[in-house]
Amino acid sequence: MLVCSKCKKKAVSTIPLLCKEHFVSFVEKKVGETIKKFGLIKKSDNVLVATSGGKDSLTTLFILKKLGYDPTGLLIDEGIGGYREKTVSDMEEFSKKHGVSFVKKSFKEEHDFSLDAAMKKLKGKISACHLCGVLRRRLLNKYSKKYDVIATGHNLDDEAQSIVMNILKTNLTLMPRLGPISGVIHDEKFTKRVKPLYFLSEKQIKTYIFLQGISNVYTMCPYTATSFRNDVQDWLNKIEQEIPDTKINVVNHYLRNQRVIKENTFVEGDKISKCVHCFEPTNHEKCNACLLVESLQKKVIS
Amino acid sequence: MKVFIESESKTRKLVFCGSIKELLKKLRINTSTVIVVRGEELLIEEDVVRDEDEIRILSVISGG
Repeated sequence: MLVCSKCKKKAVSTIPLLCKEHFVSFVEKKVGETIKKFGLIKKSDNVLVATSGGKDSLTTLFILKKLGYDPTGLLIDEGIGGYREKTVSDMEEFSKKHGVSFVKKSFKEEHDFSLDAAMKKLKGKISACHLCGVLRRRLLNKYSKKYDVIATGHNLDDEAQSIVMNILKTNLTLMPRLGPISGVIHDEKFTKRVKPLYFLSEKQIKTYIFLQGISNVYTMCPYTATSFRNDVQDWLNKIEQEIPDTKINVVNHYLRNQRVIKENTFVEGDKISKCVHCFEPTNHEKCNACLLVESLQKKVIS
Repeated sequence: MKVFIESESKTRKLVFCGSIKELLKKLRINTSTVIVVRGEELLIEEDVVRDEDEIRILSVISGG
């Protein structure tokens, strides 16, 4: 039987080798250190957590509360049948049990269509992930005006996948946007977005949420099965099994070179102004979200 | 041994006695994609399970 490297009780984790108490402490300390080292959140900040009701965002809410912040959750219901209802239910249960407030917005109330309805009409012309991402980010920014920072549940696995995806697609202009603080343009029209779970792996987060007894139903977005990210995720997990620490090495290598990457790939674009339709930030007359919604509303609602 | 695999929503029955690492290898499951539980006890790869145990293999990957 393997025992904790700190106290000799039975180990519940191998990376690092720790018992329940020391593992929980390790995870919370890691989040605290990430926040401090990268200046993610000040104690006085009003924090909004983008939450799906999934393990990563529930962990973000739980740990931020434990660290003395007073986070509020923002849950966006995209209208994905057989998936979103389950996580909304987890979020409601979590909110009651742990005294964390949250608000819910939906694509349906915002745009008059659900993601499922849009995808039926589009028939593969736009990827679900792209559409969902554009609309979700716009809503996050729209409903975060009263807050100083948006925290997302993005973790080590997510970041390693994004880095690899950008390289494989030679999409290097997106590289500078990665890191514990998302984005490159720091403008008052954008709410700062941060990733407190940045250095924690999926497995560590799942272990934590299990040990804390936080209810979290297993569910997969039906649109991820065919996504490029899914392929990269599978590949990285295979490599990780053969060569441990691959993911953290990819991420650390990116961070060591982030400044150079930004200097060499980020091109200062047009000034950020406000979309003429929704007043959200854009460097065009209309933002991407509004352009997409306009073309979709004609197809989906008619 | 009864093994519930969350990602498949299936319970499999098999004859097995050995480490979690060996069990996952037998089931062709990547160790970095799951946590393994016996009752409410979290097991690591080096832990040993017996044929009469009931095991749950929970996926760490979820959502979108």
